[in-house]
Amino acid sequence: MQKRIFTIESNEAVARDTFRVVLRTDGPVAIRSGQFVDIAIPGFYLRRPISVSDTLPDGVVLYYKVVGEGTAVMARMVPGDTLELLCGGGFGEAGATSVAATECQQDAKHRSNGVADRNEVQVAFPLHRGMSRQRQGVWGTDGIRGLGHGFHPEKCREAALLIGGGLGAAPLYLLARELLAAGRKVTAVLGFNRADEICLADAYRAIGVPVHIATLDGSAGVKGFVTDAIAAARPAFDRFYTCGPLPMMKAVCTMLDAPGEASMEERMGCGAGFCYGCTLQTKSGPRRVCADGPVFDKEEILW
Amino acid sequence: MVKDLSVSLCGLTLKNPVVPASGTFGFGLELADTLDLNVLGGISLKGTTREARFGNPTPRIAECTAGMINSVGLQNPGIEALVSDKAPALRRIYGGCIIANISGYSVGEYAFNCERADACAAIDILEVNVSCPNVHGGGMAFGTDPQSAAAVTRAVRAVTHKPVFIKLSPNVTDIVSIARACEDAGADGLTLINTVLGMRIDIKKRKPVIANKMGGFSGPAVFPLALRMVYQVAHACRIPVMGCGGVARAEDVLEMMMAGATAVQVGAENLRNPAACPEIIEALPALMERLGIDRLQDIIGIVE
Repeated sequence: MQKRIFTIESNEAVARDTFRVVLRTDGPVAIRSGQFVDIAIPGFYLRRPISVSDTLPDGVVLYYKVVGEGTAVMARMVPGDTLELLCGGGFGEAGATSVAATECQQDAKHRSNGVADRNEVQVAFPLHRGMSRQRQGVWGTDGIRGLGHGFHPEKCREAALLIGGGLGAAPLYLLARELLAAGRKVTAVLGFNRADEICLADAYRAIGVPVHIATLDGSAGVKGFVTDAIAAARPAFDRFYTCGPLPMMKAVCTMLDAPGEASMEERMGCGAGFCYGCTLQTKSGPRRVCADGPVFDKEEILW
Repeated sequence: MVKDLSVSLCGLTLKNPVVPASGTFGFGLELADTLDLNVLGGISLKGTTREARFGNPTPRIAECTAGMINSVGLQNPGIEALVSDKAPALRRIYGGCIIANISGYSVGEYAFNCERADACAAIDILEVNVSCPNVHGGGMAFGTDPQSAAAVTRAVRAVTHKPVFIKLSPNVTDIVSIARACEDAGADGLTLINTVLGMRIDIKKRKPVIANKMGGFSGPAVFPLALRMVYQVAHACRIPVMGCGGVARAEDVLEMMMAGATAVQVGAENLRNPAACPEIIEALPALMERLGIDRLQDIIGIVE
């Protein structure tokens, strides 16, 4: 985990209440589909977790909806403004403390001696060091990763169906790119309330993914839910992936027989697995949406 | 001059007074790949009950001005997992003070859990939580009345030789009378404050934001309240106090210590900044230099 400063390259309305922001930083980005970043918004206490819609060599593309005061502030930010993102990866990830374990054990023996030699902790200080601005040029080998566990494109054999509701279309876009890169066929079914909320449909089409639209009011595509659009389009697939409102994902996961994965949403505290604020009861016990998810196999979820 | 950040707490030496507060740092293990835990003076582990608990329904988190409400509701894997798995695993990678935070639904359960924790060599201090606002029939029910707080203290005192800290609730009329009752019943120290019972309403949905309606409010907004209570209790009792509540900066640590805290816990700030504790610790020497402080131990309770 690491905190990184990103600079806004663009921040534009792309649909009703919906913004697309491009953020650049000074290091390599290696985020997988379904993972998220946790954004500190000036003036607000908690971070905003937002799924990554696309990656650039040194940046991310995010979509967000203005639903409250925090996202309203974000919508008013302009190119050149900076945001601090909590990301995965970073200096010494995979064993920061265990790298120093030998020293710790020695330290444990000498605890009563008081202040420890500060040099012993210099071997690993990932988040701390990653966040220090003057040290931003220092990098681990694997760059900036996303938070949480994302989708599994490798589990798709031939053809995937991506089912997005509203902004759920955003993280599935990065998944579509990963699937295409691995030679899989991809079809997208995207549901929105109305035509002026449609986003990302052209982006999918631009990379060669056929898109089927459903709107609740019938102002575009099939009138009704994504399940209606799936029934109308009858796409061939061996695995599906979904992200969107809970009732939509429930309908999709109970209707479709194929194996699937769903990206769950919950109000988060830390966004990184240690406050237990976003716990979900699953078939294998309590799981943290932020750290064990947000993507779960559909069979895991107690729909 | 090299600054001495160490503090002495019930015979234990903490390399510095900064301790992540219970519930805001998991069992430490969750952050082992992110931080060097060994910079921390101590770690207070997630509150633990006899049986594993799922906790409260979600949403469990609500944002507030300069703070947040949580209603996690003591989700935890149970005391056996703490003593046989979590605490020993943390001890293998962490040399500082490990504080087990113990909850319960009856005096007997507190005593049972503390007896189990007493047998765990990895645990240095027992922090007995009589102040969780998020569970019914337990937690805070024991910490809002001097007699029941004393009853819990006596029961756990009888089953352990480890230092016992009682974690107090601010949701009381007179925290000093409860603190004194715990001291008289044999507590070795006091941790205060736990969260302040709070609430938010979603005005679009016309419903509470928190599924459990109310939850524990914490964050910088409660710092003056917490500081005041630490000051009152530290001056009314002879046992050491771990100050907790809204601490977000090195300056806050010094304020808490000047008010009488021997160690200082950092809670909600960890949730918005997982590096909060290492950052605070790193900032302390320069701040001490600016203020002419050589040893942190010297400033404990200097405000009359």
